[in-house]
Amino acid sequence: MTDFVQLWVYLASTPLFGLNATLVVYLLALAFYTRMGQAPWANPVLWSILALGTGLWATGTAYPTYFAGAQFIHFLLGPAVVALAWPLWERRAALRAHWGRFTVAAVLGGAAAAASAVGLAWVLGLPAEVVLSLAPKSVTAPVAMGIADKVGGIASLAAVFAVLTGLVGALSGKALFALLGIGQDATGWMARGFALGTAAHGIGAARALQVHPDAGAWAALALGLQVVVASLLIPLVAGWF
Amino acid sequence: MQALQGLAILLTLQSAGEALSRLLQLPYPGPVIGMVLLLGALRWQAVQVRVQTVASFLLGHLSLLFVPVGVGVITQFGLVAEHGLRLLVVIVVSTWVGLAVTAVVLRRLMKSTAP
Repeated sequence: MTDFVQLWVYLASTPLFGLNATLVVYLLALAFYTRMGQAPWANPVLWSILALGTGLWATGTAYPTYFAGAQFIHFLLGPAVVALAWPLWERRAALRAHWGRFTVAAVLGGAAAAASAVGLAWVLGLPAEVVLSLAPKSVTAPVAMGIADKVGGIASLAAVFAVLTGLVGALSGKALFALLGIGQDATGWMARGFALGTAAHGIGAARALQVHPDAGAWAALALGLQVVVASLLIPLVAGWF
Repeated sequence: MQALQGLAILLTLQSAGEALSRLLQLPYPGPVIGMVLLLGALRWQAVQVRVQTVASFLLGHLSLLFVPVGVGVITQFGLVAEHGLRLLVVIVVSTWVGLAVTAVVLRRLMKSTAP
């Protein structure tokens, strides 16, 4: 038994553990998601996070130990963001034709998400630094951390809010769009995907990519636009107060 | 081979983006600038064929890439629990507002002046 414990302690302290656990748990979650007919509640990101979080907690493994291995997957977020140019390139004709409309939707949607978060948090009496950390929550986590830092929020809190926002969007988007009467025709997929990329960044875009290739491409466009819009507007608006 | 070359292109443009972001003190993160650079470079077919495979692979598994950060969120749950229900209400409601406004505005714009 001590041999096993020693082996476990050894394995858990190498980067192999975090990398291996992330990949295997995600593949299991993905198989479950597929089996459930890609139901929003079966979201593979959500269940992977819960399973790995519980596993770390149960074995008393520290997050930095896990991240030593998981960072190899985390690192790929950078090249993946660069790769978002590909779906945009494939739809360059539509992009050129509707450029103004996309910009208007991205600015209004991003502003509505940020303003409603800040306004509601302020009304509910949350502390100022929490309120400020909520402003960039529609932007992908690494960018949200930078913006929060700039406007006087807390970077780690902003990352938490961004991930939770992405999960809420991925989980409830389908029901919300149905409620709003957004259809499943070409314009409908465009509106759905673009909204997920705008309000729920990469996690929303990942869900859109799984549901429909067009929705995924528009989500990728919205995600890129929102990074630009938010990093320009939030520090500017925060400066007025 | 082409996938490997594609990955090299993505990493090179990301590095170029990081360098530009630092040098010109731009408010955009390096990968986002890299994305804009790639959008320009895709006019060349040599870049297209190399990037296609690796881009489809990375974007096809985009949700996996958020798992490590997400697990970090769970370990930070104390921060969220501290402010409890109010915080959760804010996050859920504002996400719905953002989704609804974006989707409705874009649909109306696309329908109003159809090209």
